[in-house]
Amino acid sequence: MKTNKIFISGDEAAAHGVRLSRPHVIAAYPITPQTITVERLSEMVESGELDADYMHVESEHSALSAAMGASSVGARTFTATSSQGLLYMVEAMHYASGGRYPIVMMNANRSVALPWSIYGDQRDSLSQLDSGWIQVYVEDAQEALDMMIQAYKIAEHAKVLTPMMVNLDGFILTHTYEMVEIPDQDMVDKFLPPFETPNKMSFENPKNMAFSSQPDDNTEFKYQQNKAMFDAIEVIENTEKEFGEQFGRNYHGMVEEYMCDDAEAVLVTLGSITGTVRVVAEQLRARGLKVGILKIRYMRPFPEKEIMELSHKIKAIGVIDKDISFGYEGTVFTNVNSALAKSNATIFKKNFIGGLGGRDITKAEIEKMYKDLLAGISTNGQKTVEFFNLKVETND
Amino acid sequence: MKEIRWHGRGGQGGFTASRLLGIAAGMFQDKHALAFPSFGPERRGAPVLAFTKIDDKKIHDRSEVITCDYVVVMDETLITPTIIKGVKDSAVFIINSENPQRYEILKSYKVVAVDASGIAQEILGRPITNTAMYGALVAVSGLVSLEAAVNSIRHEMKSSLIDKNIEIVNRAFEECSKSLTQVNN
Repeated sequence: MKTNKIFISGDEAAAHGVRLSRPHVIAAYPITPQTITVERLSEMVESGELDADYMHVESEHSALSAAMGASSVGARTFTATSSQGLLYMVEAMHYASGGRYPIVMMNANRSVALPWSIYGDQRDSLSQLDSGWIQVYVEDAQEALDMMIQAYKIAEHAKVLTPMMVNLDGFILTHTYEMVEIPDQDMVDKFLPPFETPNKMSFENPKNMAFSSQPDDNTEFKYQQNKAMFDAIEVIENTEKEFGEQFGRNYHGMVEEYMCDDAEAVLVTLGSITGTVRVVAEQLRARGLKVGILKIRYMRPFPEKEIMELSHKIKAIGVIDKDISFGYEGTVFTNVNSALAKSNATIFKKNFIGGLGGRDITKAEIEKMYKDLLAGISTNGQKTVEFFNLKVETND
Repeated sequence: MKEIRWHGRGGQGGFTASRLLGIAAGMFQDKHALAFPSFGPERRGAPVLAFTKIDDKKIHDRSEVITCDYVVVMDETLITPTIIKGVKDSAVFIINSENPQRYEILKSYKVVAVDASGIAQEILGRPITNTAMYGALVAVSGLVSLEAAVNSIRHEMKSSLIDKNIEIVNRAFEECSKSLTQVNN
């Protein structure tokens, strides 16, 4: 295979992934740290490198609304946002999923106000798990590019027809430059055929956007959305397999297990923190400690089966959450714990809350998490939530 | 893994230098590299940091750089007591200065000085010191070859800037190599 590697940022990698997917319409509003993606796409359209319409809109709400309109007449569409911009889209997000428009959106994970912060955490997208969008989280710039291409194939699948959000950690991925392989357009074209939707609206076949329902039929709409999300699991796995065969890169579908086969303590990760945890886990393995990683890639649909299976092999599990649902626990942990409850596994569990508003998560902190988990094995099954690297004294 | 921290002021091209090094390592030497700025808003003239990580294998570690091997200071007014934070005991400081002896704080470290402002002013006609400091780092560290460094400039910079910046890199490389030889003798 011919290699074409260049040194670019995560934002730029995402833009290349979108370009290679040949969208017809891009409607987006810039927001840090997503801006570079839409700037590059706008330059690509301007130069003719990408044959698409770039719609300048006045807000994120309009960006997603415009993408829906274009999608309804059979266009492949893209939008991108972050943080406050995502929250401003929320009303339209439910319209997009309910209308079954397979829009692909990049979200640069960033904290939400107040306090105002442009830095990274995952509280923006994790607050939208119930919006009906498929959510995938990537670990590096290459995965960002590759997932843009996969996202169209998954979202547009006839059994899925559900919008998809590709999440990149703000700054840590969006603004970090690294080597990224740019696939050939021919290969992408072969993998991703043009968008064809059974729901296409036209003058010959007029339809209704933003339809209403009665108590008599609403539940059936929601049942179908839920079923499509579950059906997406098989589509995700098949798409991943096909991508791996054609492009030589495999991300292991719903989750990636790393060094889990004989592991006693496993840390669950989401997004770019996985990389740093890999380094620590390898160091601890070299010292004889049986540790592993469960990298969750998809938060919706959720990898329940994989977590239940893993729970029978291990003795302790920790979840790193760059998120907190006030009054309860980290949202990733809530979801993982729900799967663990169904598996009847009595293992030690701990939720590590941190990395909020861009705070660095160090290798020393990750090592301490693993040690907490290993030490907790004998205490059998109790659940604790801990804010790590907290710089104030508490009475907890 | 080798970690490099670049100190500059907004507009001096520190982040560009961090990327040039990443391009030289990743595209022209078959190594792996990450380059990133200090995250957040940027203002012209304000102190800014940039970082490059280089290794022979894929770099998974995305945590902040707290064990620098090389510190490149493009503007000596940025040398304050905090500059020695987050560096290895064995770190090498490469500073744009004609009078490096005056920095007491750096006494316990290896310091290489280069008159980057002078080189840039002479060749470019402007005190943009990033490529001079890049050439100096390449000479001092051997992290990438001079050829790879030159290639990174050809690859990345606007065509109108390429020739002069290659001249700057070559000159800084030569001067630093010379001064290193003198030190070693």
